[in-house]
Amino acid sequence: MVAPRLIIKKSPLQTIGEEQTQNPYTELLVLKAHHDIVRFLVQLDEYRFASAGDDGIVVVWNAQTGEKLLELNGHTQKITAIITFPSLEVCEEKNQLILTASADRTVIVWDCDTGRQVQKVSCFQSTVKCLIVLQRLDIWLSGGNDLCVWNRKLDLLCKTSHLSDTGISALIEIPKNCVVAAVGKELIIFRLVTPTGESLEWDILEIKRLLDHQDNILSLVNINDLSFVTGSHVGEMIIWNILDWTVQARECNFWDPSAQLDTQQEIKLCQKPNDISIHHFTWDEENVFAAVGRGLYVYNLQMKRVIACQKTAHDSSVLHIAKLPNRQLISCSEDGSVRIWELREKQQLAAEPVPTGFFNMWGFGRVNKQASQPVKKQQENATPCSLELIGDLIGHSSSVEMFLYFEDHGLVTCSADHLIILWKNGERESGLRSLKLFQKLEENGDLHLAV
Amino acid sequence: MISAPDVVAFTKEEEYEEEPYNEPALPEEYSVPLFPFASQGANPWSKLSGAKFSRDFILISEFSEQVGPQPLLTIPNDTKVFGTFDLNYFSLRIMSVDYQASFVGHPPGSAYPKLNFVEDSKVVLGDSKEGAFAYVHHLTLYDLEARGFVRPFCMAYISADQHKIMQQFQELSAEFSKASECLKTGNRKAFAGELEKKLKDLDYTRTVLHTETEIQKKANDKGFYSSQAIEKANELASVEKSIIEHQDLLKQIRSYPHRKSKGSALCSAETEPTRDQADQVATTSNPDESADADLYACRPAYTPKLIKAKSAKCFDKKLKTLEELCDTEYFTQTLAQLSHIEHMFRGDLCYLLTSQIDRALLKQQHITNFLFEDFVEGDDRMVEKQESAPPKPSPGRPPSRSPEECPIPQVFISVGSYKSSVESVPIKMEQELGDEEYKEVEVTELSSFDPQENLDCLDMDMKGSVSSGESIEVLGTEKSTSVLSKSDSQASLTVPLSPQVVRSKAVSHRTISEDSIEVLSTCPSEALIPDDFKASYPSAINEEESYADDSEGAIHFQASISPPELAEAEEGSLENTLSQTDSSCCIGKESDSLRVPLSTPAHTLSDPDGVVSSPPQRYRQKDQGFHVDFAGENASPSRDNSSEGFPAFELDPSRLLASRDVSKTSLDNYSDTTSNMSSIASTSSDRTPSSAHPTGPSSERHKKRAGQNALKFIRQYPFAHPAIYSLLSGRTLVVLGEDEAIVRKLVTALSIFVPNHSRHAKPVKHWVSSPLHITDFQKWKLIGLQRVTSPAGAGTLHTLSRYSRYTSILDLDSKTLRCPLYRGALVPRLADHRTHIKRGSTYYLHVQSVLTQLCSKAFLYTFCHHLHLPAHDRETEELLASRRASFLKLNLGLVNEDTKVVQYLAELLKLHYVQEPPGTGHPTLRFDYVPSFLYKI
Repeated sequence: MVAPRLIIKKSPLQTIGEEQTQNPYTELLVLKAHHDIVRFLVQLDEYRFASAGDDGIVVVWNAQTGEKLLELNGHTQKITAIITFPSLEVCEEKNQLILTASADRTVIVWDCDTGRQVQKVSCFQSTVKCLIVLQRLDIWLSGGNDLCVWNRKLDLLCKTSHLSDTGISALIEIPKNCVVAAVGKELIIFRLVTPTGESLEWDILEIKRLLDHQDNILSLVNINDLSFVTGSHVGEMIIWNILDWTVQARECNFWDPSAQLDTQQEIKLCQKPNDISIHHFTWDEENVFAAVGRGLYVYNLQMKRVIACQKTAHDSSVLHIAKLPNRQLISCSEDGSVRIWELREKQQLAAEPVPTGFFNMWGFGRVNKQASQPVKKQQENATPCSLELIGDLIGHSSSVEMFLYFEDHGLVTCSADHLIILWKNGERESGLRSLKLFQKLEENGDLHLAV
Repeated sequence: MISAPDVVAFTKEEEYEEEPYNEPALPEEYSVPLFPFASQGANPWSKLSGAKFSRDFILISEFSEQVGPQPLLTIPNDTKVFGTFDLNYFSLRIMSVDYQASFVGHPPGSAYPKLNFVEDSKVVLGDSKEGAFAYVHHLTLYDLEARGFVRPFCMAYISADQHKIMQQFQELSAEFSKASECLKTGNRKAFAGELEKKLKDLDYTRTVLHTETEIQKKANDKGFYSSQAIEKANELASVEKSIIEHQDLLKQIRSYPHRKSKGSALCSAETEPTRDQADQVATTSNPDESADADLYACRPAYTPKLIKAKSAKCFDKKLKTLEELCDTEYFTQTLAQLSHIEHMFRGDLCYLLTSQIDRALLKQQHITNFLFEDFVEGDDRMVEKQESAPPKPSPGRPPSRSPEECPIPQVFISVGSYKSSVESVPIKMEQELGDEEYKEVEVTELSSFDPQENLDCLDMDMKGSVSSGESIEVLGTEKSTSVLSKSDSQASLTVPLSPQVVRSKAVSHRTISEDSIEVLSTCPSEALIPDDFKASYPSAINEEESYADDSEGAIHFQASISPPELAEAEEGSLENTLSQTDSSCCIGKESDSLRVPLSTPAHTLSDPDGVVSSPPQRYRQKDQGFHVDFAGENASPSRDNSSEGFPAFELDPSRLLASRDVSKTSLDNYSDTTSNMSSIASTSSDRTPSSAHPTGPSSERHKKRAGQNALKFIRQYPFAHPAIYSLLSGRTLVVLGEDEAIVRKLVTALSIFVPNHSRHAKPVKHWVSSPLHITDFQKWKLIGLQRVTSPAGAGTLHTLSRYSRYTSILDLDSKTLRCPLYRGALVPRLADHRTHIKRGSTYYLHVQSVLTQLCSKAFLYTFCHHLHLPAHDRETEELLASRRASFLKLNLGLVNEDTKVVQYLAELLKLHYVQEPPGTGHPTLRFDYVPSFLYKI
């Protein structure tokens, strides 16, 4: 038996060399404005996004130029939740609003066009940890130790009793005016009672508690009109029917190598519990993608099984994943890297990874990624598809908390190193700059096109 | 950047001669006159035998009303520089050529003394005995205590090299004008302050006298006044008068025409009328005033003082020093400007010309030159901007702003300076109009090519000089006919490579010293001027008009003298009428009777020994024959012609007069322009260019050292090519080492290959000891990194390995390089380890020239529309990409990784061009996912 530490080192982290032909991000722009961990990114429109974090400020950026548009100061403590508040079609006020909740027990509504603080609520008993907007009803809900319902004017419509001291960790909307809240190990389903002819009062009623998880629920997302999915700290993934709240499917052996392969006993031994906690989900029509510990798993909804996995996609926990339209999956992790994966039908084994640098020759201290270690493919033999690493983005020096994908402007990542990095497709940017250049030439009247 | 002076210096004229000259001539902007005395076997660096000073210096002298001409200070202030050179004697010489007797006092028709806002005069003179040639810039400062309120001063640039003075006249004049303007502004300020204090004194005195008179009146009520009382009353009256006079003076000095902020050339035109008014000359000054003035002393925190009616003896008073005459801040600035001038014109003429050409060419590349140029250019730009703003501080302005107003450029010979030279010179209104016309003409003519920028540096201008004593000969001799031609007619001696040059010369000539000739040639003393001076103005105007108008006539006039040239002239004028007009205008104006071959503009006649200069392109075809002749030592027909004509003129002053009569203008008007150049017949040695201090400004030394170290690097490291490729393609190169000095040295050396992002900062960090961050790679393209052996250093190396994809790493301690592969052809040319270049500065220039070529490729690539944008809607991105690739390969001849260099430069160009204002905005970090390799020695 080998010592666990060594095993970790030898764990088959897939690496990619410096030659990444499919990686489109060949240009980066570092955005500096925050002075603490940046945890949240939220897209405002097709060219703007807002960032927020532990320093309590919200910064609005231009995703194309990297220009800092606004800095919103109002919170005295770290920001715990941020959400956009879509304006109503009928509403004359077209400005983009966002809601931010902070550990200072306030929620502020900001106007992202002017930077104005529209309104502030500070009557909370506890820190608001999650926010959702029910656009259909034009209300929003805040979840802390209790669940409050607010209207656009920030009037408290109704609230639940105290739910738990740990508070609501996640909140989603489901049909029939219901919401699901993850409180500890439990899922609680609430129904909103909207004003009707008889009563003008709003009310929120607890309908059901679902107790199927063994450990704290870390992630909760809607995956389609039929189901939502939850993931827990011990790696249980449960897919629920969205209408009758029954368990549709359940996968809780992410950590159990026997279900996948038998050869990797050591991995099981060395894996600590947090290595299998499910931090984030993303989904598309066919699959649910789960960030489980350091690995990535693709669960096919029809086949009801994991079709592809990357057990050690990163050096440490994967914090956020997103599916891109082109069968690509992006993941970011505490190890400070962002990786781009492609889901491929497994026909043949992918090429050997390209060797990385020559640092070991130089004695550059500890090499964190073993060069030219062949990835053991056999672990994936059981799965019909594979996740192939097509590129990684190295820039942050600390945990990458979240990222945001812009179709037109590239990728925005935020990190515990206080930085936001804008990753861009160098070729496209070059073309855009040329376009701008010739536009300017034309404006100046210096452009003479030969016939 | 483009040309290498040490190459030029070794060029032998003979070799040049032997060449059949069939290859296309160098474009004129590249040509540098060959060393003129090579044929005589002279060592171009040999010291002038006649010169008693070791290198050029600036002398400021005053014509003191008490002791006569005296030297005040020299720049540099080092006795070693001027050695045994007799400053007193030379002061006498240069002061004696000042025609500017600008008097203040009561003009005949006026009740009060008038200040005369005199313009500076600029002359060139030579002194055979001292072996010295000087550009002399006269100016007058105001002093309440001085006779007529004026103190004549002059600043002289003294060099042993006649050609330097002649050919750099424009530049000298421009730079000295700045200094003079600064000094005068400070002086006006000080003078105004002085007047204010004086007024307070007078006011106080009046009060006291008034009180005394009252007391006397009371004490003495018998109805008659005692003699004492009458005396008091007289005194009071004279004080009253004095107050009014001083108030008037103050008003005058304050009303000194404010310079307009627009194009500098226009300034003088706008300000001219007011100056004309002020230019009335008064003959006498009020004795009371001067008496009063004697007692006046300047002191800070002023309390009014009683002024006694008695005046001290004229010679008892101590005249203010130059420093006292000028506001301190302005004075310091003036000194700074002067030492800047000294710096700027230091060294061999050949070197100066080369660097001027260099700079002029660089200016043309305003889109690309930020990439590899030093910030001197950026500074220039700033300076130019400032110049276009109000160029000189006006008296009313607070001194705190003055640093902006009086920029002290670093290395600066630019269009701006030409303009300001034009501007600083008194120009008649009418003349200015003419000037504007010319400008328009030039614009249309040479729209694609800024004429000033290119051609001015080649300007072989010879300014009129003045001989006033036996030992100061006027420059220009029997020895060389062509020199004569220069001396006689501005047009011929200058090489009007472009109309602008000609024009600006004409202007400055016109304006230099309206009356210097009369003063000098007709009467040695300055005393008699006033009337003439006055009279000269109107006629000068007429003269100008006539010049502007009948330039055609001038051509014919010349043509009549030498028919063969006429054909050419007419051809030329057909071909390029306007430019011809320009030159002929000058000719007509300054030397009507001189037959100046029209081809002259195309040739440099300035040097008798066969200075070669290329003709402007438009003449080239036609003038090829001439050119060949000129290139050779043999006198060409045209030259013969000129040599026939000129000596006669030169030797016969009456003819000079006659010629002026022909032009229907008074002799007085342009005497200055025809100020003679006498060159000392005796000395060929006198002509040897001064070679004392060929070193340029400090940045030059820096470049040299960087070049030397880069050369060393290339020779020492076989992997220099990929390292340089990394720099050129924008991949950050980290130089890792333990020894700070070594790392810094190498970083400095390699920084010559780093393209700049903007004008403002070079992306080079010489020394860092903390771990690098992603932002560092965004900001810096060349980093010197400390290798720390302690555990703390592990973090540094760890981050380095983490960010290895963004960097190339040159490890100085283990002599390894980790970077992408390079297989191009560009860098081997740039950095050939077998190169025969030995000197750092030469190598630097070589690098600069290769990089310039590269920049032009990048420029082409960036600004070809169809390479980046589809020609029509149906074109796909793939098509564009292939078009780009083939353009890079076939049209620009780039192979493999070289394309990446050009692409990177193109991105920088785009960013720079698009940004508003240029240089701002976020630099992006561009990188490629390419494998790196480890190179070892």
